[in-house]
Amino acid sequence: MRFSLHTGKLKRSVTAIAVCTGILLSHSLQAGEVEFEASGNIALEQRYFFDDALSSQQLSHSQTSFSVEPELYWQWNDGSDSLLLTPFYRVDSHDSQRTHGDIRELAYIHASDDWELRLGIRKEFWGGTEFQHLVDVINQTDGVEDFDGEDKLGQQMVNLSLVNDWGIVDVFLLPGFRERTYAGSEGRLRGPLVVDEDDVSYESSAGQQHLDVALRWSHSIGDFDLGASWFHGTNREAYLTPTAQNTLQQYYSQMDQLGVDVQATLGDWLWKFESIYRSTSLEDFMASQAGFEYSFVGVFESNIDLGLLMEHSWDSRGEVGLGAQGSLMQNDLFVGARLAFNDMQSSELLMGFGSDLDHNAFSFIIEANRRFGDNFIASLDVRLLQSNDENDLLYTLSNDDHAQLSLAWYF
Amino acid sequence: MFTKKILISAISALSLIFVSNVSFALSVEEQKGLDISMEAKKRDLGWQDSTADMLMLLRNKQGQESLREIKMKSLEVHDDGDKSLTIFNKPLDVKGTAFLSFSHPIESDEQWLLLPALKRVKRISSRNKSGPFMGSEFAFEDLSSFEVEKYSYKYLGVEEVNGLTNFKVEQYPVDENSGYTRRIVWLDTLEYRINKIDFYDRKDSLLKTLTFSSYKQYLAKHWRADSQEMINHQNGKSTELKWSNYDFKTGLTDSDFNRNSLKRAR
Repeated sequence: MRFSLHTGKLKRSVTAIAVCTGILLSHSLQAGEVEFEASGNIALEQRYFFDDALSSQQLSHSQTSFSVEPELYWQWNDGSDSLLLTPFYRVDSHDSQRTHGDIRELAYIHASDDWELRLGIRKEFWGGTEFQHLVDVINQTDGVEDFDGEDKLGQQMVNLSLVNDWGIVDVFLLPGFRERTYAGSEGRLRGPLVVDEDDVSYESSAGQQHLDVALRWSHSIGDFDLGASWFHGTNREAYLTPTAQNTLQQYYSQMDQLGVDVQATLGDWLWKFESIYRSTSLEDFMASQAGFEYSFVGVFESNIDLGLLMEHSWDSRGEVGLGAQGSLMQNDLFVGARLAFNDMQSSELLMGFGSDLDHNAFSFIIEANRRFGDNFIASLDVRLLQSNDENDLLYTLSNDDHAQLSLAWYF
Repeated sequence: MFTKKILISAISALSLIFVSNVSFALSVEEQKGLDISMEAKKRDLGWQDSTADMLMLLRNKQGQESLREIKMKSLEVHDDGDKSLTIFNKPLDVKGTAFLSFSHPIESDEQWLLLPALKRVKRISSRNKSGPFMGSEFAFEDLSSFEVEKYSYKYLGVEEVNGLTNFKVEQYPVDENSGYTRRIVWLDTLEYRINKIDFYDRKDSLLKTLTFSSYKQYLAKHWRADSQEMINHQNGKSTELKWSNYDFKTGLTDSDFNRNSLKRAR
């Protein structure tokens, strides 16, 4: 099972971090009382695919899964020191690759007036755009979790954060690489070839143990929020190559990536821009994501807020053959509308439409959610994907239109 | 050329007189309304920083209730609006969400939201003043810090509220994004504590009434109400605020109100 596999590979660096954390903890625990808090959620999720699968191996229509994500939190020294543990596990009715676990977070944080040390397994998000997150490279994507790629695997790190008048500087040392998760042979939302989780190679001779480094500066100046980042280490995106066994082999190159992200908050307008320059031994390219979000407060003389979003994606590599990475959003336009009802149940509705301007491919999503009682959240997602171009990834997913209903209980 | 220059300076001189006339020619009622509000602000200066817990009880027309649990940290900023950090504990699905705000008397406030599931800090637009806070009958602007520059004023007289003699002052929001045309505020003549506020919507009809009760004095100076009740006259809903664990001068500084402190807020 995936869980045991990952923990095995990660054992060494986890142990190192655990020892360091242990020393720091015993040192700082000497003074003050400890406050403890437990919370979390369990969720039941049901997917229904409208069409039959392309391959007979894949599940036909219905996919059920169950997930649990508790969060344990300790703080002492009046909150200057804290420890957070967030394990996660999902059981899936069909896709054995989707039955998986992860330590989302196991981190010790020490906060001082103008610096902060964060040690352990954490999640770190960079950037500001909505439809694609180009500059966000610290965590590996937990690809089997959901279609939007926003779920991330925990990343081991030592992160020193320095607060200055001219912005916050974050230094990251990232030991231990995580491989991306992909749908298994029984799973939907995958291409015709299955990614082989055991057929993985690395450019670096250190393999998964390569020590990655990253640096980020972020600052707010008036209406502008700015960020600049540099990452040096193992590419989070694998190059996938078909094999004789009709599977895909993963190859993780080394990469250097420079990123900038800007948001201008001007009245009702949010203007957003992200751009990266990535250099690997196989290719150099630039990509950007730019757009805006405009909000109408209290439409139709009600309490409902309406937000309109539009973003454009560009990639210097242009159109490339299927299987080459990053070509997915070379000239794509996204528009969306978000309705926040501002009611007691926090009801929300999001609709999004994405279109590839170079060929005839589009995607349409609806996400709706509201609270029931005090502790339940129900969400309904509908995703429709269409393409007439065999070169487009969406073409291989054309049969995977689906609706997803989930009910989560928070405790 | 020369005549043009004279003309321009004449115009600017005239406009200067005109502008200064406008800003200084307050009627007796306007001046008194402003004076009372300035005195109320002045009497509460010097609290430095504060922490408090807030319970919000939302009630709809049918009597159904919903609870919000919120922790607030605030920092007094001289010659500018205050800084605040709001941390959500309940409903449980939004637990861990936190909100950082740098308020300003005239320019737009700066606001950031921490979305805990993605660990994402998002700068948000501060234009939404009139919208409901957490689905309650309180709008965002009802919960922001009081700054004298946010309103123009008119003194309406003296009235009795809860057995106390109160000044009755009308306030007109300067910000065009406010959801109100005016508010009528009752402050007691002894301690300048707000006892009641009537809110008038954009069509100038009575929208809500907020009443304050159980005032307590902290550090022998700062008055805070333990309870506030907002009743919406148009939709029949109400929201009750219960404050507890008020603490002042706890030693919070600027460094407790930045992106990093927002990320680890609890």
